Amino acid sequence: MATVPALEKPPVVVVEAPVEAPKKGILSYWRLYAAISPFYLLFLAFGLIPVGFSLYVSFHRWDGLGSMEWAGLSQYQYLLSDSDFWGSVGNTIVIWALATFPMIFLALVTAVMLNSAVRFKNLYRFAYFLPNVTSVVAVAIIFGSVFSTNFGLVNALLQAVGLDQVAWLNTPWGIKVSIATLMTWQWTGYNAIIFLAGLQTIPSDLYEAARMDGAGPVQTFFRITLPLMRPVLLFVLVVSTVTGLQSFSEPQILLQTTANESTFSGGPDHAGRTMVLYFFQQTFDNNDFGYGAAVAWGIFLVVVLFSIINWRLVQRRREE
Amino acid sequence: MASVQGARRPKAIKGTRGRGFALHASLMLGVLLSAFPFYWAIIMSTHTSTEIFSYPPKLLPGSHFLENTRSLFDNIDFFGSMLNSLLVAVSVTFLVLFFDSLAAFVFAKFQFPGRRLLFALMMMIFMVPAQLAAIPQFVIMAKIGWVGSMTALIVPAAANAFGIFWMRQYMKGAIHDELLDASKLDGAGFMRQYWHVALPVVRPGLAFLGIFTFMGQWNDYAWPLIVLTNPDNVTLQVALSQLNGVHGTTDYGMVMTGALLALIPLLIVFAIGAKQIIADLGKGAIR
Repeated sequence: MATVPALEKPPVVVVEAPVEAPKKGILSYWRLYAAISPFYLLFLAFGLIPVGFSLYVSFHRWDGLGSMEWAGLSQYQYLLSDSDFWGSVGNTIVIWALATFPMIFLALVTAVMLNSAVRFKNLYRFAYFLPNVTSVVAVAIIFGSVFSTNFGLVNALLQAVGLDQVAWLNTPWGIKVSIATLMTWQWTGYNAIIFLAGLQTIPSDLYEAARMDGAGPVQTFFRITLPLMRPVLLFVLVVSTVTGLQSFSEPQILLQTTANESTFSGGPDHAGRTMVLYFFQQTFDNNDFGYGAAVAWGIFLVVVLFSIINWRLVQRRREE
Repeated sequence: MASVQGARRPKAIKGTRGRGFALHASLMLGVLLSAFPFYWAIIMSTHTSTEIFSYPPKLLPGSHFLENTRSLFDNIDFFGSMLNSLLVAVSVTFLVLFFDSLAAFVFAKFQFPGRRLLFALMMMIFMVPAQLAAIPQFVIMAKIGWVGSMTALIVPAAANAFGIFWMRQYMKGAIHDELLDASKLDGAGFMRQYWHVALPVVRPGLAFLGIFTFMGQWNDYAWPLIVLTNPDNVTLQVALSQLNGVHGTTDYGMVMTGALLALIPLLIVFAIGAKQIIADLGKGAIR
């Protein structure tokens, strides 16, 4: 028995030695490079080359089929003066604001309540998360019926309490409110669960100390919870800015019911035509691939600019 | 204020009970709001369009579910498009799990030239918005003849930055270096270390990534809408959206039935997955 381990040990040293030796050459790492290469190859083919090509296309006139014609900066010049594009920017920002602020408020309230609830925790989490798991297509179809002008549930409720009906999907503000409500419904629970994770990192003795000093629940919330939640709040704000400003499926499905109009038109008066919807309309309805590419870069700049403004606002408030 | 607080403290137990009731009542209201659209979809899927049009609105299920299902199947190839969706979601999920965890293993546990640079590059890629690449991606797909085929959905999604980043964080904590060293002493090569040492340890992480990938793919809409040009060969989400307002007026009963049936596979995966995560996390805690 004693001889077996003695025999086993020496080969171990022999195995170690060649592993150490070729470490100098970059080729000795080929297995590692091969293991990470699928991602980079896919990115090259379907990410980097397309993004570069889209910049190239944006300097041309192109219908997607024929030959490209050099247009210089004219697509971008047109973009700057295109009131339809700026209208879509306005629509997007209004819908984003209508959805994001109620959503963050409701998510925070829900998270604080979830944090102090001891029973049914898992049931609540499951139920609140469900809207986010569901497909936007199904949700938009359902909300389309809830906000429908003639027989929608919201109008039936208004009628029941003696108020006038609203043509939700036929008026500029009704369209925006409908889309924003849908987004709020889908994202409140998701963000509440992110907030809850943040709340659970706040040490409970802070709350006890505040209670000893005679702080009520409202004071505690504004003096302790909110300041300590700022990083999580910033994260939620940035994510909802990036996703909210790129909203596409919600307005597209909710407003495509008019059969003779383009599916990317954004409803009556284009009141629900978001930036991305406008991009799709220019590209695939008008077959104007060159201008579409310029619109895409315009959207990119708006999103970046908006994210910077958001970030600055939160930062400045922190310094004060 | 202070005296009120002081007076309340001795009766703390009674106070929390009252607050507990109000708390659960408000949380339950939230649950109802979350669940109501699902309930509403069930109601509408069991009524005819004329019943849905009537006032006051129907709040209880009707008896026309089978009829709605039949007209749904007459209007779109429901099971065909569901099979397409399943094909895409399942293949992407397996490819993502394999490629992402393999790359994450390398980033989490090995040193090699260019490691930091490659990782930073990946994180930057994470932030590039998708629609910037939509036109050229479509052009590329057209050039290589993938437009209209499921390949155009599967291949570009086969690896992603989020999954690599997430699995790397997971592996850093879960796979101990001693375990890798021990397997190396036993003569295990890179692939055996990955397959037999790393993967078994990170199963909860894989379950999480797998469920989220599946659900994301199942619900994907914009890209399939562009690239699947043949209306007879689409994914379920695109097929559903085609139902909405095709003939001017929408048959809401039928559309709702479709929306509802399309949710079932997703809810099954979500329910199974939630259990899987909880079970595996428990096992990990015992170890």
